[in-house]
Amino acid sequence: MKGNEAIANAAIRCGADAFFGYPITPQSEIIETLALLKPWETTGMVVVQAESEVSSINMVYGGAGAGKRVLTTSSSPGIALMQEGISYMAGAEIPGVIVNVQRGGPGLGTIQPSQSDYFQATRGGGNGDYNVIVLAPNSVQEMADFVDLAFELAFKYRNPAMILSDGVIGQMMEKVVLPPFKPRRTEEEVRKECPWATMGRTKDREPNILTSLELKPEVMELRNIHLQEKYQTIRDNEVRYEAQQCDDADYIIVSFGSAARIGEKAVELARAEGIKVGLFRPITLWPFPSKEIAAAAKGKKGILVSEINAGQMIQDVKLAVNGALPVEHFGRLGGIVPDPEEIVNVLKDKLMR
Amino acid sequence: MKTEIIISGFGGQGVLSMGKILAYSGLMENKEVTWMPAYGPEQRGGTANVTVIVSDERISSPILSKYDVAIVLNQPSMDKFAPKVKPGGILIYDGYGIMTPTDRKDIHVYRINAMDKAAEMKNSKVFNMIVLGGLLKVAPVVSTDGLNKALFKSLPERHHGLIPLNMQAVEEGMKIIEQTV
Amino acid sequence: MANDIIAPENLVYKKPELMNDTPMHYCPGCSHGVVHKLVAEVIEEMGMSEKVVGVCPVGCAVFAYRYLDIDWQEAAHGRAPAVATAIKRLWPDRLVFTYQGDGDLACIGACETIHALNRGENLTMIFINNAIYGMTGGQMAPTTLIGQKTATCPYGRDPKIHGYPLNITELASHLEGTCYVTRQSVENVGAIRKAKAAIKKAFTASMEGKGSSLVEIVSTCNSGWKLSPVKANQWMEEHMFEKYVKGDLKNTLDE
Repeated sequence: MKGNEAIANAAIRCGADAFFGYPITPQSEIIETLALLKPWETTGMVVVQAESEVSSINMVYGGAGAGKRVLTTSSSPGIALMQEGISYMAGAEIPGVIVNVQRGGPGLGTIQPSQSDYFQATRGGGNGDYNVIVLAPNSVQEMADFVDLAFELAFKYRNPAMILSDGVIGQMMEKVVLPPFKPRRTEEEVRKECPWATMGRTKDREPNILTSLELKPEVMELRNIHLQEKYQTIRDNEVRYEAQQCDDADYIIVSFGSAARIGEKAVELARAEGIKVGLFRPITLWPFPSKEIAAAAKGKKGILVSEINAGQMIQDVKLAVNGALPVEHFGRLGGIVPDPEEIVNVLKDKLMR
Repeated sequence: MKTEIIISGFGGQGVLSMGKILAYSGLMENKEVTWMPAYGPEQRGGTANVTVIVSDERISSPILSKYDVAIVLNQPSMDKFAPKVKPGGILIYDGYGIMTPTDRKDIHVYRINAMDKAAEMKNSKVFNMIVLGGLLKVAPVVSTDGLNKALFKSLPERHHGLIPLNMQAVEEGMKIIEQTV
Repeated sequence: MANDIIAPENLVYKKPELMNDTPMHYCPGCSHGVVHKLVAEVIEEMGMSEKVVGVCPVGCAVFAYRYLDIDWQEAAHGRAPAVATAIKRLWPDRLVFTYQGDGDLACIGACETIHALNRGENLTMIFINNAIYGMTGGQMAPTTLIGQKTATCPYGRDPKIHGYPLNITELASHLEGTCYVTRQSVENVGAIRKAKAAIKKAFTASMEGKGSSLVEIVSTCNSGWKLSPVKANQWMEEHMFEKYVKGDLKNTLDE
C-alpha cells in the first residue's frame, strides 16, 4: 500500500468524521482512495472535495470547531494557502489534522519530494505566536499510525496537529498493518470530550463562541500567555524520537522522515567501512527533541544533519547542542532526493578530514 | 537476503506495474518490500523507473545509490543505471530497444528479447511479464507460486481470466533470457 | 404600578430571548441590529434555539456573537460558507447559517460563497449589502454603486478604474444548488416583516434539506455614507433599490 493510501485507510479506521481536501500531486491518492472506499456508506465519514485549499482548511476549522475529528491533506503549495486557517485554528484552539506530503519549492516548484517546509511547519507558518504539533513519519506504517496519534494529540491539547510527510513516503509502497477499527464518536461522547464545541447551545451552559479575535490587548496578552503555557506542556510531555546505534558512535546523522530512511542506509554503508555512525531521528519536529539530541551528542566527534532542503532543521540541532561539537549540513534541493552514498561521502568530507 | 532492484524504461512499458507485481509477490511470501517510483509526468510517455527492494529483514532506505539488479528497457535507462549495478550484480536489458549495451565486464549481463516475444504472442501488454519471467529465472527473488498468488490478490476479479496468459508470458521469459556477459 | 400592566396578556412587543443585553457596537441607524433581531426571532419561532450554529464574518458583524446567545464560530475573512459547510455536513440536524457583509461574502469570499451555494449545502447565508466597508472606515465595496463616493473612490466609483458593482445575488440565483434567493430590506415595518418572512423561509428550507438559500438585505451605512439615519434610508430607496431590485430572484420552494 502507498503511504497516501495508508493515510486514507487509517482515517476511516480511526473514526474520522470528515475529510475536506483539494487534489494536488503528490498526494491526490488520498482523496481518490477515500472516494473509492465511500466511507459515508459505512462509517458515515463525510468526504468533500473543496473548491480550494483555503476552503479545505476552513472546513476543518468549522467541522473541528463543532467537535468532530476532521482532517485535510495537501502538498506544499496547498499547505502554504492553508496557513491563514491554521493560524486561526491555533488562535481559536480548534483541534484538527493537516497532512503535508511535501514537494519541492519555492512557488509552484516541482512535484518531486522535498522537506523544505520544515520551517513553515515548526515555526507556526501563519501570523502570530503559535505552534502546531508536527509528526514526521518515515514509513508507510507510520503514515497509518500517525493519523490516530495526530487526532489524539490535537484533541488532547485543542491544537492543530500536522503530519509532515513528503513525496517519497506518500508515493512509496510498503507492507502496512492498518490500525483496528474505532467507531466514530457519538453525540454524547463529543459533548463530553469537547464541552467547547459549537453544536447548539443547550440551556445548561453559556454559548460556545470560537474566535481568535480579541481587541483588548490586555485580554489578548493573557490569551497568548495561556497558549504559550499550553505549548510548554506539550514540549514537556510529547517529544518523540528514535535513536539507532548512537551509543558507540563517533558521529551522528540527524534526519527526519524519508531522509532518516536514507540516513539509516548511510549508517549501514558507513559501518561496513568501519566508521562508527549512529542515526538520531526526531519524530516530533515540534516539540523538537532538543534535550535528547544534546544527550546523544555527548562525547561524539560531530553531527551531520541530512535533510532534503537547504538547511532548516540544522538550526534546531545547533540550538540543541549549543556549540558543543561541530554540526554540518547536507541536503539536496528542488526535488532531488539524496542517495545514501552521497551522505557517507559528505560525512567523511565535512567531519572526518 | 535482500535484493535491491531498479526497473527503468519508457512510460507505458509497464515498468511501474511490473515493480508492483514483484513487490506484491514478495509480500505474499511474507518478505519485507518497498516500491518507490520516480513519479510524475514520466508516467505519461517519458522515462519511468521504480526501485523495488525485497528482503528478509527490515528495509532502510527505499532510495539507493547501487543496485543488485537493474532491468533496463530503453537506451537512456541503460546509460543511467548500468554504471550503478554493484560489482557481481545483474543487468537485464531488452534487445529491441537498446543498441549499445554496457561494456562492463564485472557484472552479469542478460538480454531478453521480450518485445519480439510479445509481438509473437500478439499481445504487447504481456511484455512486462515476459521481462519479469526473465528476472525470476536469473534472480529468483520470489517464486512463481508467490507471483501467481500476487496476481490473484492484486488484480480485480474481472481480470482474473487474464492470469493464465500472464503466467505463460512469465514462463516464456524464463525460456528466452540469455546471458551475454 | 407600572409593573401591574406588564402582564403577559398585555404584551404587544418583546425582545427575543436569544438577544442579550450587551450594548451593540453598531452605529445608530444601522440595519444590522434589526436583522440580528429578526434572525433571533425566527430561530425561536422555529424552536431551534438549542440546535443552531451561526458563523460570523469579518466586517461590522464580526461581533454578532456578542448579541445572540447561541453557539457561534467566527470565521476568517470570507470563509464563513466553508466553515458553515462543514458544520452542517457534520451535524445535519442543526440549523446552520452565515451572517456576512458585502466585503466578506461578495469580495474576499466570493469563491467560497459561490461554491457552497453551488454544492447546494443546506444552509442559509444572510447577506448585508450596504455598498461600503463600514468596519474599516468607509472604503469601496464590490457592491458600491457607480458614482458613489467612498474613502477609496473619493471621486465616485468609476467603472474604468474600479470596475462595476457586483450583483452576486443575481449570480447566486443562477446556481443549481440554490433553492431560494431573495433580496429584502429593513427600512420600514412593512419591509421588516417581509425580510423576516424571507429569513424564516430560508431557514426552513435549510432544515428541510432543499439546498442553499441566500437572503440579501439591502442595508444602510449612515456613518459610511455620511448621512443621517433618515437620509440614509431615503438615499437607499432612491439609489440602491434601482440597482439592487427587491424581491425573490429564485424561489423553488413554492412551486
